[in-house]
Amino acid sequence: MKPRGAIQIAYLVLIYGFLYLPILVLIVYSFNDAKYSLEWRGVTWTWYRNLLDDPDLLQAALNSVLIAALSATVATGIGALAAVALYRYEFFGKPLLQGLIFVLMMTPDIVMGIALLILFASLSLPLGFWTLLLAHITFNIPFVVVTVLSRISGFDRHLLEAAKDLGATEFQTVRRIVLPLLMPAVAAGWLLSFTLSMDDVMVSFFVTGPTFEILPLKIYSMARLGVTPEINALCAMMLGATLILILVAQLLLLRGRS
Amino acid sequence: MNEWVIELRNVSKAYAAHPVLRNVNLQVRAGEFLTLLGPSGCGKTTILRLLAGFEPADGGEILIGGQDMRTLPPEQRQVNTVFQSYALFPHLTVFENVAFGPRLKRIRGEALRDQVMEALRMVKLEDLAGRRPGQLSGGQQQRVAMARAVVNRPRVLLLDEPLSALDYKLRKAMQLELKQLQRRLGITFIFVTHDQEEALSMSDRVAVMNAGRIEQFGTPRQIYEAPENLFVARFVGEINNLPGRVVVAAPPRYDIRLHDRVVNLKSSRVFGIGDRVNLLIRPEDVRIWREWEGSAEERAALFPAMVEEVIYKGSTVDLALRLDSGDALSTTQFFNEDDQALMNLDFREGERVFVDWVHDWETILPHEE
Amino acid sequence: MKVKEPFKFAAVGVIGFWLIAFTLLPNLLVVVASVLERGGDEFVALVFTPDNYRRLFDPLYLGVLLDSLWLAAATTLLCLLLGYPFAYLLTRMPARWRPLLLLLVIVPFWTSSLVRTYAMVILLQTNGWLNQLLLDLGWIAEPLELLYTEPAVIAGMLYALLPFMILPLYAVLEKLDRRLIEAARDLGAGRVTIFRRIILPLTLPGIVAGCLLTFLPGLGMFYVADLLGGARAMLVGNLIRDQFLSARDWPFGAAASVLLTVLMGLLLWAYYLSARRANQGALP
Repeated sequence: MKPRGAIQIAYLVLIYGFLYLPILVLIVYSFNDAKYSLEWRGVTWTWYRNLLDDPDLLQAALNSVLIAALSATVATGIGALAAVALYRYEFFGKPLLQGLIFVLMMTPDIVMGIALLILFASLSLPLGFWTLLLAHITFNIPFVVVTVLSRISGFDRHLLEAAKDLGATEFQTVRRIVLPLLMPAVAAGWLLSFTLSMDDVMVSFFVTGPTFEILPLKIYSMARLGVTPEINALCAMMLGATLILILVAQLLLLRGRS
Repeated sequence: MNEWVIELRNVSKAYAAHPVLRNVNLQVRAGEFLTLLGPSGCGKTTILRLLAGFEPADGGEILIGGQDMRTLPPEQRQVNTVFQSYALFPHLTVFENVAFGPRLKRIRGEALRDQVMEALRMVKLEDLAGRRPGQLSGGQQQRVAMARAVVNRPRVLLLDEPLSALDYKLRKAMQLELKQLQRRLGITFIFVTHDQEEALSMSDRVAVMNAGRIEQFGTPRQIYEAPENLFVARFVGEINNLPGRVVVAAPPRYDIRLHDRVVNLKSSRVFGIGDRVNLLIRPEDVRIWREWEGSAEERAALFPAMVEEVIYKGSTVDLALRLDSGDALSTTQFFNEDDQALMNLDFREGERVFVDWVHDWETILPHEE
Repeated sequence: MKVKEPFKFAAVGVIGFWLIAFTLLPNLLVVVASVLERGGDEFVALVFTPDNYRRLFDPLYLGVLLDSLWLAAATTLLCLLLGYPFAYLLTRMPARWRPLLLLLVIVPFWTSSLVRTYAMVILLQTNGWLNQLLLDLGWIAEPLELLYTEPAVIAGMLYALLPFMILPLYAVLEKLDRRLIEAARDLGAGRVTIFRRIILPLTLPGIVAGCLLTFLPGLGMFYVADLLGGARAMLVGNLIRDQFLSARDWPFGAAASVLLTVLMGLLLWAYYLSARRANQGALP
């Protein structure tokens, strides 16, 4: 290999190392049989077992999954609908809606968090499950819209005409052509939404109350007190779950493209 | 019963105040292969889209089988389209693509299988029924698109530049296949293309279109040999255009002055003395004498010219000539075994030659810019 | 035509309602709150005042603001310097490797940045992995105080945000027509000229998009400053959070976030201009 090529590879490896080293260290130490030391004392499942014995933590995890699944489902429904509408129809206020989706996507999380907090406060909604769900649906919508819209825009516009030409009604066209073709993007949108929702700290921080605790906020409050092997294990589990979801979502998007 | 399977009466269409069809009239016989030929943007694809029902016409009437189509949506029309991009459903197999139409007509089981496989056999794709469109070559996709359309036994098949995505050799082969398929099925084909050669070689009749109008409608021979105006003459193959003036009018014969020479020619058109005309001559109708051929008297009747460029094309030699009058003239000379004198087509640039053409093979049109 | 009208009406209605209720309205409320006085029990009192914006320029808060801008800018610049060559090299890798290599960037892009920030804490703490490594190598005699410093915060933000820079850069660099570079070389341009006159202008939208995606979150990621920077409020994000949680001064917090939104608007405008400039050449 040419020396320049070697330098290039080395650079890539270095950056990948930077991206993955901390994660790897975290995962490795989540199995280390030592409470406070960095020394390697052998593999243990203790920290994972401790997590499973903590009812508060389990409840928070359950809450997180619940919110993520619900918000991803609602956001996918609304987002896919919005994408189809934006692609197929012209209507009054379309530029405004497109603009709002863009704003929603670009707004810094913290601004969205306090904006929703102010909204909920002025509606006198008690902070908790419902406010959290509404907030998560809201920040998931643009991701679904973009995923689905990029898929529809890749369609040959003649596909829908071909279906009609061959005798399909509007309903049959949607059911037999549009939906099957959109399925991979819709599924990927759902998975990405679920992931986003599971991982969110910033927005959730403002819109949830003491009655409804979720995993990322639990991790946050624990991590502020310092490093413990239990948090290592918890974070490693979060990483593993995210990794699986991302892989499935990417596979779906790739399969849908071919 | 009407003899026309399709009739367009004064059809017009505009996109955002930009007219794409202006009072188009067209009549198509059952079972004929009709081609709409024209440059891009001339409105030929729009005619297909109106016939298929993807868009409504702004004015005029469209009749298919004598029935007014105005309120009939595309899914209820007895026409099918082969799209330029093929528009095959990427998530369905070849079999399911072809079965799409029959299934909607509630054909099931054995009958469905038989119909679909017969259509696939017709385009020689029965072995690939289980593949997806993404796994097929361009030519194979084109065949699937054909099968998917003809399986429905439409009265009329609309083909929107179906061969334009294929390479030259494949396109030639598919032209032949399409023509044979059309004869076998007896379905009316309306074929859109911008390739004049394709139009001439495949069609029973050709409609040459320009800027939303049909400029000429006739057999390929009429279109090529007797173009009705300069646009058609130029669009359908290369043609030389010599300006002239009528000096003696004795219909159907006219004396026409071409610079310093007068020629006596025949025309079915009526001209008056002093009318400016365009004399149109196809390059292959031009004859060339070299300096040592023929006698001096014979040469005196010919047009002297200079060879400016020699282009060797394999089966022909094309020459770009400059007449002494200043007009440019291009010619195509075929290698001809019988003609010893022309065997040797080794023209040199700058060589002096004498030309005329096969009289009465020219076309005389009123002058237009 | 008739059949699809109800579907259209329902689709547009649902998304329209949601966006107006949960995007337009809350953002308007923030603007309104930012010009009101702070209240007692009600968080805001319905009295107009421009004071909140004036207070943003109070030396105390101005310091936080400038600190935050500096940290975000430094992070963005580092991301760009590290990310651009990386994204470029990615596009030069063999085509069959690229999907996998890209996936390796996408995974950290989607994983929780809180978890990754926490991983950084493990690495940097006094009895952490990095110190241990340096000690073992004999490069240092005793552990360094890495945690709770400004460089630690920058490292954390860099770590959390680098994928957000790489992905848009990769997108524009991959679309870059390699024949343009060949054409430039054919016309006699050297490496530097090709980069400056061809590659840089054509990838500018990606650069601006990447900077947008790192700079803006860089101002707000309060948990990075918390976990890696210690108790000191370093970012606008911490400032805003504290107003809403501990100081209970919502109007002031709202004013700070309006400031953040205005910054976002300016950057988006810059992005729009650069994208338009880059596209003009591509028009037929």
